This record gives sequence, C-alpha cells and structure tokens, in this order.
Amino acid sequence: MASPIDQRGYAHPEVLVSTEWVEQHLNDPKVRLVESNEDTLLYASGHVPGAVHVDWTADLNDQIRRDYITREGFEALMSKIGATKDTTVVFYGDKNNWWACYAFWVFQLFGHTNARVMDGGRIKWLKENKPLSRDVPSYPKTRYAAGERNDAPIRAFRDDVLAHLKKQGQLVDVRSPEEYAGTRMHMPDYPNEGALRGGHIPGAKSIPWAKAINPDEGTFKAAAELQKLYCEDNRLSPTGDTIAYCRIGERSSHTWFALTYLLGFQRVRNYDGSWTEWGNLVGVPIER
Amino acid sequence: MPQKLDQLVEMFQMFDPADRTNLLLSYADQFRDVPREIAARPFPKSHQVPQCESDAYVWARRQSDGTLKLYFAVENPSGVSAKALAAILDKTLSGLPASEIAQVNTDIVEKIFRQNISMGKGIGLMSMVQAVATLAKAAASTRQASD
Repeated sequence: MASPIDQRGYAHPEVLVSTEWVEQHLNDPKVRLVESNEDTLLYASGHVPGAVHVDWTADLNDQIRRDYITREGFEALMSKIGATKDTTVVFYGDKNNWWACYAFWVFQLFGHTNARVMDGGRIKWLKENKPLSRDVPSYPKTRYAAGERNDAPIRAFRDDVLAHLKKQGQLVDVRSPEEYAGTRMHMPDYPNEGALRGGHIPGAKSIPWAKAINPDEGTFKAAAELQKLYCEDNRLSPTGDTIAYCRIGERSSHTWFALTYLLGFQRVRNYDGSWTEWGNLVGVPIER
Repeated sequence: MPQKLDQLVEMFQMFDPADRTNLLLSYADQFRDVPREIAARPFPKSHQVPQCESDAYVWARRQSDGTLKLYFAVENPSGVSAKALAAILDKTLSGLPASEIAQVNTDIVEKIFRQNISMGKGIGLMSMVQAVATLAKAAASTRQASD
C-alpha cells in the first residue's frame, strides 16, 4: 500500500489528494469532483457522490477539428459543472487516471490551476468500498470568465517537436515497448488508433506510463522511485525541456502530470498529436 | 438481421442521449457472467474477443432444440459498455438458430451506442459482435455437415 501523499517526497504534493480527503469533502461547496473515463457509460454506472461527468471526447475536444475546445467552450463547461475560479476541481477516473490527468491538463490550458487529481482514481475508490451514487447532480450555473487558451507552456505541436529534435531535447515515449520498437502499429486493443509507420521519434526514451503507478491500487509511486525511473535509469534532467507523447496524448498527459507535479520538472509539454500524427506524417524522421 | 435485435436497435435510435445511456445501463445491470459449467477461469484465449480492452470472452452452446445460447464474460470491472452489449446480444439472439445469429452485423454498435462510443473506441464492441457472428457461422456449418 502506498504511503500517505505528503510522505512521498513530491515536489508539489498538494496537487494530489487521497480518497480519504475526497470522502471528507463530498459536501464541500468549494470542491467540484469531476469524473473522466474512457468508457463513457462508467460514470452513469456509479460515481463518487456529487461528482459531475466530463466526457473527454464531447466536452474537451472540438467536434470538427482535431483540437481542444475554445475559451467559450471552456466557459460553458465550467458554467455547466457549476465551477468558479475559486472552485477546487478534483479529477479522477478509470485506467489509473489516464483521462483524469488528460482533463486536468486541458483545464491547465485555460489556467484553472485550482485543480487536483484523486490518487488511485476509480479503482482505489471501489477497492476501498467507498460510496457510489447513480444520482446525477445538478449545480447552479456559474459565470466563468476564462482567458484565451494558452497552449505554449504545456502543449507541443508538430513543429515544436521538429525544433526540439534539432536541439536534441528530452523526449519521452510513454507507449508500450512494442509500439516504441515499431513491432506493433497500435496500442493493444486499440487498432483504430493505428499509423502507417511504426517506431518512435528519434532520441525518445521508452518509459511506459504505467511504470509511474503502483499497479495494485493505481496510486502514483513515491518520488524516490519516480526519480530512479526517469532521472537515473533514463537520464532525464528536471531542468531540461521535455516533451512526452503517446498515440493521442492521453497516456502522455499522465506522464506530464507525474514529471511536472510529482518530480518538479521545470518544463514539460504534452505532444497530443503524438504517434497518430507523427506516424502518418510525410517526411519526418523515425527510429526503430 | 434477427428481428428482436432489429427492433431493439430501432428503439435505441429513437431515444435521446440521456435515455439511451439509461437503457444501456439497465442492460449492463442485467449482465450475467458465464456459468462455471460452461467455462471456468482462466478462460481460454480461443474464446477471447480480439481487440476488446474490456477483456471479454464469448461462447455459443447448442441447446436441445438446436438453437444457440450465448454466454459472455467481461473481466475488466470497468467494462460497462461491454457488459451492456453482451446482455443485449444474449437477450436478443440466444434461442435463435445459428444461421440467424450469424446474420448479426457490426453496424448495430454505432446505432446502439452513438455518443457513448468515444472517438473511435468502438472497435472492441464491434469485435464482440463479430465474434458472435463467427461462432454462429461455425455452429451453422457444423450443423450442415452433420445433416
């Protein structure tokens, strides 16, 4: 079992909250629980009481272009979930918090820094037999004035990656070893996210996202273990400009979260185009 | 397509998103795990639904009247959609002749789940439908060969 969050040596332990903390704040009007999953039926099947559902496809992504919502879309979302700038938004979800970290990351594009992730996600909440509800809460709509979406600090685009390559910046490939090697063209069980070419971006280190997690309960490993994984075994520098990628940016947002908040890396960007873009892009370099 | 399934798909298409979600959930609640007399864990890979992230398995057993009964297992506790589809397939197809079950089409996945399939991740669900069709075709061929 993982040690208490404040004893794990994280750079920013305050961004992670425990299931106990969430249970204590179920009725806190200043907290808004947000569940984000891969299976969009999962929330409806039972969620932490009072939690709202943020569908990563419908609520966070533009429905026409491959891009995220605009400022207006984010304001509408925050109004819908009844959040203000003062609301502490706590994300959790399935798959060891892939989509919770993804939603957290999107919220950072709009500067809502008053955000947390529930360590262990759905699986830990369920294992601890904590209450679930099928009641869908309704919160009074709020007025939320967001700034324009600011991608530059934490989001990398194709040209950013090309420039990063030229200066031999730190690249983290969080996919499975088979995807990294190019022997598998898509994530196991996700053949719809394939690419015409397999392999990895030259110079990328293969550090599968799941290595940051304690598999039995979905919690993040302590800082010392993460330090060994990323900095010692893979020689990443916390001060180096780092870009993480996977296939569509959800697994890499998980790693972005770990590097940024748990290890205190100074500059980490998520390349959400990831392999579904790079592996289909004409003329870019690929290694195997 | 088998009539009972066809009618259910039509009903799903008339529902708004909230009602569709509730109906899918009610089917997921009706999901029953494969009984031990049919299969015990660990399940053989030969019955695993390919490309399904919910780690689903399917069996088809011939009943005394010659029709087929479908059985499913969904090992991922978060596989709510897979359980919903498994229950739908069982309730609409079990008890039909193999030749009729074999006509089931993967189109039903998009028609049933609509917005509940997130950005192309319905492949596993379509794979479950395909696995059922494949088992039914095999059963129908076996029946023909022995006739």
